[in-house]
Amino acid sequence: MAAAIYSLYIINKSGGLIYYKDYGSAGRMDTNDSLRVASLWHSMHAISQQLSPVSGCSGIELLQADTFDLHCYQSLTGTKFFVVCEPGTQHMESLLKYIYELYTDYVLKNPFYEMEMPIRCELFDINLTQAVQKDRVAFLGR
Amino acid sequence: MQFFGGSEISPSPPVPTASGNNGHMIYMFNRNGVCLLYREWNPPLRTLNAQQDHKLMFGLLFSLKSLTVKMDPTSAEKGNLGVPQLPGQGCSFHSFRTNTYKLSFMESPSGIKIILVTHPRTGDLWDSLKYIYNLYVEYVVKNPLYTPGSPIRCQLFNTTLDQYMRGIA
Repeated sequence: MAAAIYSLYIINKSGGLIYYKDYGSAGRMDTNDSLRVASLWHSMHAISQQLSPVSGCSGIELLQADTFDLHCYQSLTGTKFFVVCEPGTQHMESLLKYIYELYTDYVLKNPFYEMEMPIRCELFDINLTQAVQKDRVAFLGR
Repeated sequence: MQFFGGSEISPSPPVPTASGNNGHMIYMFNRNGVCLLYREWNPPLRTLNAQQDHKLMFGLLFSLKSLTVKMDPTSAEKGNLGVPQLPGQGCSFHSFRTNTYKLSFMESPSGIKIILVTHPRTGDLWDSLKYIYNLYVEYVVKNPLYTPGSPIRCQLFNTTLDQYMRGIA
């Protein structure tokens, strides 16, 4: 079953990109483009809340396109984690919540990390790669 | 493209699956952003006036389309962000879901965009959107009194659409 994650983005509460990792897509973006895409997503997320016919909307959770799916998780503090993956990939929500845990453990608890700045924490990178690879192996093994 | 698969003029409507109370609103826009149709079934929460709401919706779709073209992980060659795309060019999104609603989108090759806002647990509405496009062709385009590019005022189209929406969502 296809479970390929193409890329991961983390944006802070103001819409600035603080982390971008590409896991092997043909559409790898350079820094400027990834920054633009992240801000665009932040605005789209906000506008989608305004268009809700019912009150209490917390923004886009899943976007389905022809060639990819985009899953987004917003924490209570406004930090957004979103992942671009193959259409029909399962369990992305739990992966995103797990990445949020890794973020709180390895980034927020790091005394040298400045809030809202780009993430440069090696332990976060290592654990994140392990988490993403583990999902890949688990799905391919089924 | 998937569009010209069927050869029937009016395909039979997809099997009704839901209770009839899930559809909220439908929007139809043409290539230039003119809102051809806006209908609502369950009265939604209104914070903006109609004009602003249509512009916001059209703007959201335009930006989401340029976002999906840019973010497409399978194509290496992309234009710049924000360049208007022709219908069918590049990767387009077909739906998004939030915790309170699901928005399904379809663009025809002529640039007619159909948007359905429904309950978040609704399944894939691709067939329904195609059927609504066929209703549009039958009742609106073939109506000699209708001028293309103007808001739709065809009673038969409205009643058939209402009936269909009550059946499927």
